[in-house]
Amino acid sequence: MIQTLAFYLFAILVVASGALTILSRNPVHSVLWLIMAFFNAAGLMVLVGAEFIAMLLVIVYVGAVAVLFLFVVMMLDIDFAELRSGFARYWPFGVALVLVLGSEMVIAGGAWEAGGLQLARRAAPTPAGMSNIQALGALIYSRYLYVFEGAGLVLLVAMIGAIVLTHRARGGVRGQKVARQNQRRPQDAIKLVDPAVGQGVSL
Amino acid sequence: MIGVQHYLAVSAILFVMGVFGIFLNRKNIIIILMAIELILLSVNINLVAFSAYLGDLVGQVFAMFVLTVAAGEAAIGLAILVIYFRDRGTINVDDVQQMKG
Repeated sequence: MIQTLAFYLFAILVVASGALTILSRNPVHSVLWLIMAFFNAAGLMVLVGAEFIAMLLVIVYVGAVAVLFLFVVMMLDIDFAELRSGFARYWPFGVALVLVLGSEMVIAGGAWEAGGLQLARRAAPTPAGMSNIQALGALIYSRYLYVFEGAGLVLLVAMIGAIVLTHRARGGVRGQKVARQNQRRPQDAIKLVDPAVGQGVSL
Repeated sequence: MIGVQHYLAVSAILFVMGVFGIFLNRKNIIIILMAIELILLSVNINLVAFSAYLGDLVGQVFAMFVLTVAAGEAAIGLAILVIYFRDRGTINVDDVQQMKG
């Protein structure tokens, strides 16, 4: 009973937050609704026992991606009212496409319910007596090790790409030149003189 | 009782909502990126639901990779957005076709 209640709570909230994400006038509100949607989706995933993915969703999406969106929205000075001008022109085509997609999904679900598909073999059956994160770790670090490394590589490339794209070399800034500093020797930089008394120093 | 069908329904609604969001906010690329995030979230819900239903962990492993790609896509997309805005002072997607070079 409480499972059913929790499911409907999370499901309704995730759908409502998704709707408000795309309908909000203010993009800052959109980002905040997106965060709400991610939290509730994480709740949905906890309900079926996928705790690790749920926590990953909260940490990665809410902690990193949504904050990135928030930064960009607030950093750029954008006239959002102007951007919404084509709103009325676009929505009929969008509704048509959504109807087609939605009915396709209903058909696919119905066909699947009818039982045409028999999945006898499991690629990696859920082991009994193991927590979700333990079982996932055993799988990721053994059979899917290379794919996992590939995912890490994707993130590295994305990071370097984002830095290269947005980095801006400013002129007139005097940076540190390490090679020149290391090449400098005491005999080039220091001059020792022994002036006679009363004559001063001429350099 | 909650079955996999309920999860599929939620996921389908979220997916079409993301597609609809792309059409509704065709000029605002930030909202388009957020709609793409919604689509990927719905895919993840689908994968996790089937993973639980079939008792097969591969779905969750794959959901993790989808998450990775989504994070990279958001970072690169926003970086492109920032340099485009720096160059043009607007993020109107309709003008992108005039981009040269």
